[in-house]
Amino acid sequence: MEKNIRIGIGAVAGLLLLRNLYVILFNLPDEMEQGPIYRIFYYHLPAYFTAMCCYMTALVTSVLYLTKRNLRYDAIAMSATEVGLAFAAVNLITGMIWGRVIWGIWWAWDARLTWALICWLVYFGYLMLRQAIDDPTERAKNSAVLSIFSFVSVAITYKAIEWWRTQHPGPVLSFRTGQQLIDPEMERMVYTNFLALLLLAFVMVTVRLNQENLQRQIDGLRRRAHAL
Amino acid sequence: MIFFQIAAKDLRSELRTKESLNASLSFAVVILLLFSFAFDPSGEAVAEFSGGLLWLVFAFAGALILNRSFARELPNDCLEVLIASPVSGAQLFLGKSVASFVLLLCIELICLPIFGIFYNITWTPKFWPLLGVFLLGTWGMTILGTLFSALTVNLSLRELMLPMLLYPMMIPALMSAMRLTTILLSGNDIGGDDLVWLRLLIGFDVVFTTLALALVETILVR
Repeated sequence: MEKNIRIGIGAVAGLLLLRNLYVILFNLPDEMEQGPIYRIFYYHLPAYFTAMCCYMTALVTSVLYLTKRNLRYDAIAMSATEVGLAFAAVNLITGMIWGRVIWGIWWAWDARLTWALICWLVYFGYLMLRQAIDDPTERAKNSAVLSIFSFVSVAITYKAIEWWRTQHPGPVLSFRTGQQLIDPEMERMVYTNFLALLLLAFVMVTVRLNQENLQRQIDGLRRRAHAL
Repeated sequence: MIFFQIAAKDLRSELRTKESLNASLSFAVVILLLFSFAFDPSGEAVAEFSGGLLWLVFAFAGALILNRSFARELPNDCLEVLIASPVSGAQLFLGKSVASFVLLLCIELICLPIFGIFYNITWTPKFWPLLGVFLLGTWGMTILGTLFSALTVNLSLRELMLPMLLYPMMIPALMSAMRLTTILLSGNDIGGDDLVWLRLLIGFDVVFTTLALALVETILVR
């Protein structure tokens, strides 16, 4: 049953992504100043939002683990972080491609870009820490604490374009600016693609979670076999 | 004031053996020397990145001191005894942080004149504001480093894990301290737009000290 729901949501995400790709490539016009490359923005920004949602999930489940000591919360935090890292990588790579075309360079040491990279490295460190600890309870406890600390870098990345003068374009979406700076149809597409990526992320987290559960069952069986 | 006794214990034990102090200080001087091969040390531009150089040295040297903070207690199961004692986790953590803070500050104050001589930087007119930046930056590094030292103390790869976790996380403090130190070593005062760096450094110290004190009990109790 759970598997069927996952396949269903995955199919909806896939179809939505295909439909969005068609609209982005063939229906929406080029941006006045940037030309066709601006279309990468429909993946760059939603990938960032999706990564933020994953990191937020990791934060909440880490706090829940520390209060309830249920290893399932730890597994969700780990899965959400792994998926968040993948989407953050999409965000970084699409940003670099856009920068190469618009700025003429792959990377600028600007506050927003640097913070996005720092954030990625901080969460990568979280996964490294997990790999280094063998005991599941010790691993869950220490990585939950690290996840809470790591979230500070997510908050700084979010606010970086307001705190520092950066080369990175400022906020454009109406929920942050309070005014309509871009065409409503373009803004709608950002949200639609965000929904598609969010559904995809959800499916990826549940798949990873399932793998983690299976791994725990295998470890349990292995321990029992050793005991016998 | 139990944390003060723990800090005194750690400092006394370090001053008797001087194991991390000597290693950290000689490492800092070696890095200062190595930097001179990366660029022209007598050039005019050195003042512009002096803060960056100095804080990189402090960060590298700091990792050595912080690594020992909890690892020092591993032989003879001293850590288990400390955790089992009536001392609260926060007091234990604070004591260890203060000890590492004092050690690191000593290394910084020894490195500063050496840096001034090697790279022809005048630091004496701005000593007091520099000390203020050193205090704030070092506290940020120490509080985070001591917490991660507790997190990684039981790992076989702790010497590798600590810098890997610590450096990216302490970038806000490091970046602010680097910028403020550069401003001061260039002979300018901190003011105007630069105050954002000071605010960031203070904010970092407050946020991470609060988080660390709130969560350290969770890490220590097994």
